[in-house]
Amino acid sequence: MLESIITYGLAIGAVYAMIGITYNVMYSSSRVFSFTAGMLGMLGGVLGALFITKWGMNTVLAFGLVLACGAVIGIVTEIVTVRPVLKSIEQHLYVLSTLAFALMVQQVTAIEWGTEAQPFPKLIPVEAGLLDQKFWLPMLACTAAIIGLEALYRYTLVGRAFLAIAEDSYAARALGLPETKLRLACYAIAGMIGALAGFTGAQMLLAYFGNQAILNFYGFVPVALGGMGSNRGAIIGGLALGLFQQAASIMFGGIYAAVAVFIVFILILLLRPEGLAGVTVARRV
Amino acid sequence: MSDITASMPAASVNGRKRYQKVVPWLLLGAAGLLLPLLDDAYIGVIAQRAFIYWILSAGLNLLVGFAGQIAIGWVPMLTLGAYTTAVLTAGTVTDPWDPYLALLAGGLVGSLFGVIIGLPALRLRTFYFAMTTLGFTTITTQVALAWKSVTGGGVGTPGPVFPWPFDSTWGFYYFCFILAGIATWLTANIAYSRYGRALIALRDAEVAAEASGISKPKLLVLVFLLAGGLGGIAGGLFASLQSYITPDAFTFEMSVLFFIAILIGGRGSIMGPILGTIILTTLPEFAAPLVQWSTFLYAALLLLIVLLIPGGIAELLDFRGRAALPQHREIAPRPELLGAVLGKPDRSQKMSLHGIQLHFGGVKAIDGIDVEIRAGEVHGLIGPNGSGKTTTLNVISGYYRPTAGELRLNGNALPVETTPERAAHRIARTFQTPRLIGDASVLENVMIGGTIDGQASFVESMLSLPRHHQDERALRDAAMKALAAVGLESLADVRADRLQHSELRFMEIARALMLRPAFLLLDEPAAGLSGEEIRRLGALITAISHEGVAVLLVEHHADLIFDICDTVTVLNLGKVLAAGTPAEIRAHKEVVSAYLGA
Repeated sequence: MLESIITYGLAIGAVYAMIGITYNVMYSSSRVFSFTAGMLGMLGGVLGALFITKWGMNTVLAFGLVLACGAVIGIVTEIVTVRPVLKSIEQHLYVLSTLAFALMVQQVTAIEWGTEAQPFPKLIPVEAGLLDQKFWLPMLACTAAIIGLEALYRYTLVGRAFLAIAEDSYAARALGLPETKLRLACYAIAGMIGALAGFTGAQMLLAYFGNQAILNFYGFVPVALGGMGSNRGAIIGGLALGLFQQAASIMFGGIYAAVAVFIVFILILLLRPEGLAGVTVARRV
Repeated sequence: MSDITASMPAASVNGRKRYQKVVPWLLLGAAGLLLPLLDDAYIGVIAQRAFIYWILSAGLNLLVGFAGQIAIGWVPMLTLGAYTTAVLTAGTVTDPWDPYLALLAGGLVGSLFGVIIGLPALRLRTFYFAMTTLGFTTITTQVALAWKSVTGGGVGTPGPVFPWPFDSTWGFYYFCFILAGIATWLTANIAYSRYGRALIALRDAEVAAEASGISKPKLLVLVFLLAGGLGGIAGGLFASLQSYITPDAFTFEMSVLFFIAILIGGRGSIMGPILGTIILTTLPEFAAPLVQWSTFLYAALLLLIVLLIPGGIAELLDFRGRAALPQHREIAPRPELLGAVLGKPDRSQKMSLHGIQLHFGGVKAIDGIDVEIRAGEVHGLIGPNGSGKTTTLNVISGYYRPTAGELRLNGNALPVETTPERAAHRIARTFQTPRLIGDASVLENVMIGGTIDGQASFVESMLSLPRHHQDERALRDAAMKALAAVGLESLADVRADRLQHSELRFMEIARALMLRPAFLLLDEPAAGLSGEEIRRLGALITAISHEGVAVLLVEHHADLIFDICDTVTVLNLGKVLAAGTPAEIRAHKEVVSAYLGA
């Protein structure tokens, strides 16, 4: 029992963490929390199953294509739903525009792909050894995503520019950084990470249009836990959430797990809205 | 008095406006009453569904359209109400309940969960609340599926049947129609009361609303109770309409429908969202091939509205708000009317700051300030930018909690309080940038200032009881007097965002006067005013202090300060550089070199 809590919990937690990072990457470049994060995760699974199972595509090619689709959707998100409402960000219209876009994509998926959950193929032709690939794949993907992001932020000029607009986009623009292009790039990266989460997690979650709503919520919980914009916080929060949810689910049943997660979420928002490790920012009057 | 009443809109205009407002409601009511004459059961069922959704969106409208909360997932209230009513009536867990009692229980459960998922909204920014409602939608469906012993899981549970006279198709139709009418009446009463105005103020000018004594958590909890309760009642009726309910009847997409209905109808409107709900509910029924795509089309519509007309159709149709205003308007305050506005302030009041410090991390915004403000005096607070003037006002009004030091009122130290609690000490203020509700009239903006003097409770206002009407009359009268005193009564009915900057400054003063302040904090009221306007402003401020109000004036116009202040405190880098009479300050060497210039 303990073993299944840890393997399944860490695996699903890695998926949540990657969706959390997807939220964060979009947030830090635009101060927008986009409801397309869960949609990207859902699409990663559905497109993967479509390319490999339905179209018989080579796994590696399909993987690349899924990531490319994620990037394109990220870019479309930025252009269609984020850029037009950034001017009046205090009205929070982005909540509605990104949600509307995500729902449109979800609905097309439901009609074209179907509303039934469909199986996702095994990606690597090896027998289950110590640990099934459906568990270690998301963990590996999550590790790769965070290492990649950190390397990008630390060692490349573009990465430092990302950090600069995340810190103070106004000052960054004044320094001559192409804020719009950088934002677009961040949305593309976020799209790829979201799709990666869906693609590697789909052997557990299946290729199912309903994953969108689930990932939207469970992927945001790590962000609330770890503090918005903090990728390390999202990883720790995601893994903790996965373990907690799986433990509660095995010991008390699925209903209680869902309710417990929701209660923890509300309590965190009420007691530590800046996240467990975050700092409070003084309110401006 | 007489000249004030003369300047109010003539009674006949008022009458015609009311007439114009009532006609659409009468038409809607007549259509609802007469629809059964068609004797078409199919239309009857569609209409029942429309009425049920209408009940939910009536409550949701207060939350979304008035309070500005992005409650994108309000369908769980419908789900909870439906299951509560159905399960209690069916007797799955208890002895079978009377359906009407079960319906009431459904409403109560809706209220309860409305407050629970609303909790984050009381403190946090909009997105978190949106996410909470979304998460709750997901959770509710999961629980409904998994809790088989109660909900029947995916198989479902039978819905209640309401006994005679509401058991037949048209009986149930009228039941839904009556409840929809009641829901509208209740929410409209709130919307047009000081509670409704306070909700809009929290939405558009939260800081000013708090300074007027409006407590966001207290008010929002009441609205969550009402909106959740109406959602629960709608759910109970929905269960009866469906006759058998399963979790997949309550989709997230339904939430989007409600949300769009309210957006299309326009925020701050009562009729608009209702029509929006009815149209969106019935439209797919008459466009059968599109049913599969209806959610997609709703979402596309939502995107279009947000990108193209965020104000909704009501704003497009707001012709009154675009009518031309007279050019070259003059603000002519009438200080002699102040007595009627302010009543008789207690002339012995005084407030003192003792060693107040406020540090943001390493930044010492204020570093030990002592100031005393007495009734009947104008106290000037001057200093270079960043010297801590506005921050001092913010500490007094309770936006910031001082790091050290004491604020005393008549010698007694004030505890740490929220801004609305400070307003209860009759501490009123204006802001460096005017805070206004753009799409409300000037009169309504000013009425906000008197919110805490209302007597009627939320329930009294909701039921339109006599005390509510007394409040409305008293607030309206007081606001007209305040507007007359500052010289803006001719603009009372104009949308506030159409005023000139200088007029907004005077409007803010009128709003502050509505609190009948003992202490009035003015933050750069002369900024952006012409020389003549500054002179009139000075006379007005002097007159206010002569009525017995203690005025604390933050200003950069040295002439105004030295003309009207009794005492002046000069701040520099968060500390008091000098204090004394205007003559002393003008001669103070350091002040001259640091701030005034030679």
